[in-house]
Amino acid sequence: MSANVELDDVWIRFGDFVAARDVNITIEGGEFFSFLGPSGCGKTTILRAVSGFLAPSQGHVRIGGQDMAGIGPNKRPTALIFQNLALFPLMTVWENISFSLEVRGAGKAERRKKADELLELIALPGQGDKFVNELSGGQRQRVAIARALAAEPKVLLLDEPLSALDLKLRQHMRTELRSIQQQVGITFIYITHDQGEALTMSDHVAVMSAGVIEQVGGGTNVYDHPESAFVASFVGENNLFSGKVSKVSADRATVETNVGNLTAATPKRSNGAKLKRGDDAYVFIRPESLKFANGSNSFDNTIKARIVQQEFEGNLWQVFLDAAQGKHIKMSMVNDGQSLGYDSGSEVALGFPSELAVALPRGPLAAE
Amino acid sequence: MIQYFQDFFHRHGTALSIFLLVTVGFWIFLMIVLPQAFMLDFSFRFNLPPAKVGGPEDVYTLSNYKFMVYGSAGNPDSFNVIDVTVFFRTILAAIFVTVFDLALCYPIAFYLAQVAHGGWARLMVLSLIVPFWVNEILRAFAFRIMFGSNGVINSFLITVGIVDEPIDLIGANIALYAGLGYAFILLMIFPLYNAIESLDKNQIEAARDLGSPWWRIHWRVVMPFAKPGITSGCTMVFMLSAGALAAPQILGGPSSLWFTQIIYQWFNTGGNWPRGSAYAIILLVSCIVLVLLMMRLFKVRLGEIGR
Ligand SMILES: Nc1ncnc2c1ncn2[C@@H]1O[C@H](COP(=O)(O)OP(=O)(O)OP(=O)(O)O)[C@@H](O)[C@H]1O
Ligand SMILES: [Mg+2]
Repeated sequence: MSANVELDDVWIRFGDFVAARDVNITIEGGEFFSFLGPSGCGKTTILRAVSGFLAPSQGHVRIGGQDMAGIGPNKRPTALIFQNLALFPLMTVWENISFSLEVRGAGKAERRKKADELLELIALPGQGDKFVNELSGGQRQRVAIARALAAEPKVLLLDEPLSALDLKLRQHMRTELRSIQQQVGITFIYITHDQGEALTMSDHVAVMSAGVIEQVGGGTNVYDHPESAFVASFVGENNLFSGKVSKVSADRATVETNVGNLTAATPKRSNGAKLKRGDDAYVFIRPESLKFANGSNSFDNTIKARIVQQEFEGNLWQVFLDAAQGKHIKMSMVNDGQSLGYDSGSEVALGFPSELAVALPRGPLAAE
Repeated sequence: MIQYFQDFFHRHGTALSIFLLVTVGFWIFLMIVLPQAFMLDFSFRFNLPPAKVGGPEDVYTLSNYKFMVYGSAGNPDSFNVIDVTVFFRTILAAIFVTVFDLALCYPIAFYLAQVAHGGWARLMVLSLIVPFWVNEILRAFAFRIMFGSNGVINSFLITVGIVDEPIDLIGANIALYAGLGYAFILLMIFPLYNAIESLDKNQIEAARDLGSPWWRIHWRVVMPFAKPGITSGCTMVFMLSAGALAAPQILGGPSSLWFTQIIYQWFNTGGNWPRGSAYAIILLVSCIVLVLLMMRLFKVRLGEIGR
């Protein structure tokens, strides 16, 4: 019992301020879909438009093919999990969970039964008679999920539900959420500013910036083939080199940067725009795509740099380097049990294959 | 307890602590405990001329309380019909005023606390407060004029054609209930406002999202949360309505007495302070008992009111 969600040409304005601009997205029934973007980019606003607390200024929201205009939040087949959970403090856990059944006029026995089933699902059996403030953060989290699921929504909307938890619990809840989603099989729309969360859980991710959907795609697609400078700088870590395009071929561009000429892939962009000679451009290369260039390998790009610092993180070495004109570069290497072979202060050559780098038109970047 | 005082002294320093304890203690003792103790003592004594006070006849008695229940010795009825009826009518009327105020103020308080914002909310609060700069007597007389047979309300009803003859709004006590209800509106709105204001908006939205119609949101989410505010508002309005004197005096119909008026008569025209004290104490104790019973019924603890 899942439903697809279509946002068709949706604009949301608050006075002169545009919180969502021309959003066009189709979310398939039963998928785990994330909106990823920095604070204030309009994620909650979009979720409120889907749940019905806010009417789009323009455009349509369709759920299961049906236009939702004029249908209130209490009549939509959606359930929302709030950023602060918004559990009812004066009700017991089981009353919280079965509130939507109470609304439908279900008898006490039926409500209790449903609550107990859901408590089973969220691995909190026998905790129904407690009050919410007697639970831990992670347990409250699960109660909020159970309360939303009890309404038997076709679409579950989650507004950064894990942001209040500590790192360990957050990672644990990610897996749990994903498995709950697979068990119940309904559409999950998840909002987060944490890219790790979005990438691990989602079938598809929409990356947002300032009210605009920058890119929609699978996690690997968004990470490996960013289509805009914003996405490249927001999702994961990236080294950035700016310059002018000096040469373009079918799927490559060469950019003159202050560390030399760099050749990188030019992704097919959904808006069809292509880099041309003379354009201002950025080349992005991930820290893990950089290698030391030595006699045994050869790359179509090399950069000369000096090692400034090396940090050991157990599974990874983080190497910080300075290239020409003080350009900082970061490089990550898997710890394979061998030493790096270079000391801080060594002059080295870094290499990377052009297909692992992307050249994109200059544009707004994510704030650090 | 000792620990508590040690903390108190530690936190505020010796000088300030002593000052606070002495002034508050003084206030409670001199202004509250002592006068009420005198009244209580009075209520158990005979109404003697000054010369006999302290003499052999000045002994404790229950006669004043008995009078309230059974009336004078020559009373043909089995109990004091007038006083007892007035007493219960007063209590019932005070309950009615309280419920009426609650029904009127809850939506206003909810609107102010959760819906209105910024300048509009401030304007509303201001327009609620400013009318209370007009003093009680003036307001009561203004109501009398308004509800009189030639008053605005009757003229309006006649013009619109709802009635042909002016209604006796004062005789029917409608003026009195309206006057009392209006007089204590702020005492109801502010505790409600305070309580509702601290409710997280997301709670309301969560209930709505789960399919709840508006009335169930109020019944299951907002009102349970606002219960301490509802209790303190109701308590104040009830106590003050039951104990009001000026409004019943001015707005009450000719045939209807308020219990406070009887008390006033014993003290003033009757010159019988002990009996007046006994009546006043009966009113006070009954009101307190009723309030505590209600709190018991609605499962509110005394401490919560202070929140
Ligand atoms: N009711 C409103 N009136 C005016 N502006 C609003 C309103 N609600 C949101 N905004 C603005 O819209 C923008 C997007 O807000 P939104 O709450 O959707 O951000 P968000 O992406 O959820 O951020 P966060 O990650 O911090 O929760 C913000 O700049 C905010 O100030
Ligand atoms: Mg948000």
